[in-house]
Amino acid sequence: MTGGVGAPAERREGREKVGGTARYAAEFHFPGGAQAWPVPAVVARGRVTGVDTTAALVVPGVLAVLSHENAPRLVEPDDPTLAVLQNARVPHRGWFVALVVAETLEAARAGAAAVRVTYDAEEHDVALTVSHPGVYVPEEANGGHPAVREQGDPDGAFDSAAARVDVAYRVPPLHNHPMEPHASTARWEDGRLTVHTSSQGTGAVRATLAALFGLPQERIVVTAEHVGGGFGSKGTPRPDVVLAAMAARHTGRPVTVALPRRCLPAVVGHRAPTLHRLRLGADGDGRLESLVHEVTTHTSRIKEFVEQAAVPARVMYAAPHSRTVHRVAALDVPSPSWMRAPGEAPGMYALESAMDELAVGLGMDPIELRVRNEPDVEPDSGKPFSSRNLVGCLREGARRFGWAGRDPRPGTRRDGPLLLGTGVAAATYPVLVAPSTATARARPDGTFLVRINATDIGTGARTVLAQVGADALGVPLEQVRIEVGSTELPSASLAGGSSGTASWGWAVHDACARLARRLAEHPGPLPEQGLGASADTKGAADAESDFARHAFGAHFAEVAVDTVTGEVRVGRLLGVYAAGRILNPRTARSQFVGGMTMGLGMALTEGSTMDAAFGDFNESDLASYHVPVHADIAEIDAHWLDEEDSRLNPMGSKGIGEIGIVGTAAAIGNAVHHATGVRLRELPLSPDRLLTGLLDRRAQDAL
Amino acid sequence: MGNHRHHARTALRVNGKPHTLTVDHRRVLLDLLREDLGLTGAKKGCDHGQCGACTVLVDGRRVNSCLLFAVALDGCEVTTVEGLSGDGEEPHPLQRAFLERDAFQCGYCTPGQICSAAGVLAEAAAGHPSHVTDPAAPPGEPVPLDREEIRERLSGNLCRCGAYPRIVEAVEDVIP
Amino acid sequence: MKEFAYVRAGSVEEATSAYAAHPGSRYLGGGTNLVDLMKLGVETPAALIDVTRLPLDRVEELPDGALRVGATVRNSDLAAHPLVRDRYPALSQALLAGASGQLRNAATTGGNLLQRTRCPYFQDLSKPCNKREPGSGCGARDGVHRDHAVLGHSAHCIATHPSDMAVALAALDGRVELDGPEGARSVPAADFHRLPGDRPEQDTEIRPGELVTGMLLPAATAGLPSAYRKARDRASYAFALASVAVVLRLDHGVIGRAGLAFGALAHRPWRARRAEEALLGAAPTRAAFEHAVEAELSAAQPLRDNAYKVPLARSLAVDVLSRLTDTALTGRDS
Repeated sequence: MTGGVGAPAERREGREKVGGTARYAAEFHFPGGAQAWPVPAVVARGRVTGVDTTAALVVPGVLAVLSHENAPRLVEPDDPTLAVLQNARVPHRGWFVALVVAETLEAARAGAAAVRVTYDAEEHDVALTVSHPGVYVPEEANGGHPAVREQGDPDGAFDSAAARVDVAYRVPPLHNHPMEPHASTARWEDGRLTVHTSSQGTGAVRATLAALFGLPQERIVVTAEHVGGGFGSKGTPRPDVVLAAMAARHTGRPVTVALPRRCLPAVVGHRAPTLHRLRLGADGDGRLESLVHEVTTHTSRIKEFVEQAAVPARVMYAAPHSRTVHRVAALDVPSPSWMRAPGEAPGMYALESAMDELAVGLGMDPIELRVRNEPDVEPDSGKPFSSRNLVGCLREGARRFGWAGRDPRPGTRRDGPLLLGTGVAAATYPVLVAPSTATARARPDGTFLVRINATDIGTGARTVLAQVGADALGVPLEQVRIEVGSTELPSASLAGGSSGTASWGWAVHDACARLARRLAEHPGPLPEQGLGASADTKGAADAESDFARHAFGAHFAEVAVDTVTGEVRVGRLLGVYAAGRILNPRTARSQFVGGMTMGLGMALTEGSTMDAAFGDFNESDLASYHVPVHADIAEIDAHWLDEEDSRLNPMGSKGIGEIGIVGTAAAIGNAVHHATGVRLRELPLSPDRLLTGLLDRRAQDAL
Repeated sequence: MGNHRHHARTALRVNGKPHTLTVDHRRVLLDLLREDLGLTGAKKGCDHGQCGACTVLVDGRRVNSCLLFAVALDGCEVTTVEGLSGDGEEPHPLQRAFLERDAFQCGYCTPGQICSAAGVLAEAAAGHPSHVTDPAAPPGEPVPLDREEIRERLSGNLCRCGAYPRIVEAVEDVIP
Repeated sequence: MKEFAYVRAGSVEEATSAYAAHPGSRYLGGGTNLVDLMKLGVETPAALIDVTRLPLDRVEELPDGALRVGATVRNSDLAAHPLVRDRYPALSQALLAGASGQLRNAATTGGNLLQRTRCPYFQDLSKPCNKREPGSGCGARDGVHRDHAVLGHSAHCIATHPSDMAVALAALDGRVELDGPEGARSVPAADFHRLPGDRPEQDTEIRPGELVTGMLLPAATAGLPSAYRKARDRASYAFALASVAVVLRLDHGVIGRAGLAFGALAHRPWRARRAEEALLGAAPTRAAFEHAVEAELSAAQPLRDNAYKVPLARSLAVDVLSRLTDTALTGRDS
């Protein structure tokens, strides 16, 4: 059928987005609507001793100032970051200590500036080191992964290995910074709460609000029609939605809370810094004998979130002896959280850089080194892979990139002041899937309506789900209408962990397939209300699989390093993926390329600095936190293998939203080494570091 | 309405329609468009001129509407993404090209990218150089927009979804 | 942001009178930095005197061959101006290396000169900053200061001036023209911005109530080879880690005139007089360039985390000097 799965269908909401009529959470205006502005704490640890609202309340237009002294009481949340304005405790700098509600944005901002908060500040500690006395081994890392796994005798095997790499890498704190800052508009009417929010999953927002405000979920509606990106930071409810609901209840007005950009680093999560130690021991042919990946990271005092950066080492390579360890220190820092490919992005940067170092040490081609260490089963679990086409990705990538005949010697290709190099890295991301429900209805006019509370954060969920539905129904795409983005729709999982399309698509497929069967059995014209079917994938989508299920990919980068300035430019970036069936090549390509773009930022431009004296992130705005711009991005290409995998879901798809970032930073770092002979082990590879490295190397060569 | 010392009447044409409003001096064009006129196409990404999501055309030139006090724009002509195609139902060629190229994902930076691209086309045609234009190029002559030029000129518009390559293609599609 | 009065001035006289009549006022140009700082609460003017409609929006050639650039000429128009591109390429290049197309369309010449540092401690009211609040201390000195000054800083302030344009203007021997209560005057661009000393709150030599009315590009540097180069954290739309503007003239194979200024190294565009002196009369060789630049940068006092700026500035300066002399010698761009 035209436009079904596999077709490059155009985004359904595209017209609204290019025309400026797509509405985002802060763009719902109601009569009497008010605006709110938060007041962040200016100490890194301590207690609020006083909130003087006198000056703020006389600012013309200010309606109310909420603080822990007067804000509505909430039932204690599961997520401590949402317990805003509930007590005097300041767990980190930037924590919200008050909220000003006003008639206008200007009055709200002026009011917030006029609130006088006094603190009893305590000594704080925000500096993460491997030897920090507070470092401990948690029970598990993010995603429920055990913190430690060990096989065999990794230390002994490492000590006796013919070829060894023992190196440390550092990935700095990173910020998600979706283009739409977190925002929510809330209103109460007759004991019912309606919220428009910028979230990756409104179901969780509704459940959280219900728990916080002690309301049955039926009295809450949460919508997220369009979401201006999330990248993990909108995967859980954030303080904006709680504050909006509180302020709306307190003032009796519809209230919009649109967080100022500078507030985001402190309150919407960040990728925690990770300190890696990698030890690879191999025989003379490059076969790994020992693989040890140890990660130290930070979390906040109020919430344990442990970036699972050593987990990909449990998936990637065959090594008879291995250890993967996560350690964490709880510091007076903002709570870290999910950022695109949590675990895999920093972990694979370190592992794939170390693999490159091993290849250089062995004088082996880095692709061949990886091929040589292909496992037969998932190394950690011993499960067979449902499909694993890493080698295919490496080979196809090498072909497309023109890898053959690459001169492995570093620092030998010059173009005037530029040093040129190429690099490769592997990528992996797990297949995650969660139960969802959906309904499908055939209408007498010949159209079909599919309803599911999926969230389109830019992935093209509407479009691809309609394609899945059209296929299952056996009808043209144009006949399928779809509704997403509201808790009024059948409940579904969040847009996160690259699980959305698989999870929602499964439910949509089942509902539509069921409807197709009903229609086949239905004689004559449809009744006026049409004919419906529903599906709930509970029990199926969350069933334990006998297979290890992961997407794989290979990244290739070509860089030019300017020896005058240390500036790095990526001339070409290629990703080749094995991610099951690609349901919409048009939107899929955009997701792959988008992930690679963020990976380029991670490699070259992005990095945040925890200010030890003040306890906040120094790079708090978009002028200082350098998201890549147009000029940073030259040729980026994404391709994929045709991968048939019947052990996934009815569509045969794997997630594609995150794998693009995973190997990109390592590929670029490896290319920079190939270009210059300088191995930098701390991201980003900024001009100051590169130039210093180049000068050090020149000084060494001169000796 | 507040104190007359802090408010003023300002007259603007927005997408061809005249508007006369009494504005708080602190009101920036972006908030006037979004809050007073309900034109939410221009987006607030940073509120400080650091992301470009709020880009609109003022008297035909692209600017960050978050940094312009509305009161200072008295008499100006403003074009937003909603008015780019004039009165017609048909999208502007840039809008069409963005659709065809899938030059966006979340859509939040998109109106700014499109307005910025409209400004870029005019600037290049008027002979405005960029950082990557050959300094020896003849002043005053239209600057050919190759990919490097488009990328440099659009660098004031961040896109976190990473739609950059498709955006550049979309702009190429409409270069006369 | 506090409420403020707004006055639109139609002439320089109106503007300076309005300034005098409204205590706590600020002149509003393109607003690209002032509005930003007002939103942050760093600037809290009681009144804004809008000077964007003053008749200072022209670039005019003076009888002696100099160019006068009005204070309200927008950065993009100045960069595109045929006479500027032709005679003062470093100035055009510096403008185009700064900010974004949108910001350059709004930013004015006067505002560019008067923009404030982007030091994060200056921008954050909750942190000490002697520039913003004299006597409160400096958060950056022991804090995060990778982007801060290596030359001419003081115990009170290590901020850098963020302008690209002003660096080129200093190298080109430009002048800043002012008008105010005590009448009109002009100041060499290289002396317009100050070093912080013990008064970091004072960025420039401007006097209370004075308005920048324009800048003057002298005939003496018109048409000389000049160039600007900047290193930054991303390929565009980022402040400089270091930058350099160079203008020079070769007389019979030796350097007859040299103007060299660094950006992002100090509280002001850093006119490298010692390097210029060393260059005068020298043959344009790499060794001579390195020697000259070293003469300047040996005075640098890097902080814990910004020592890279010294080799970066050296490398940039030697590169631009080499390219420019190559151009001057061969008559073409290398």
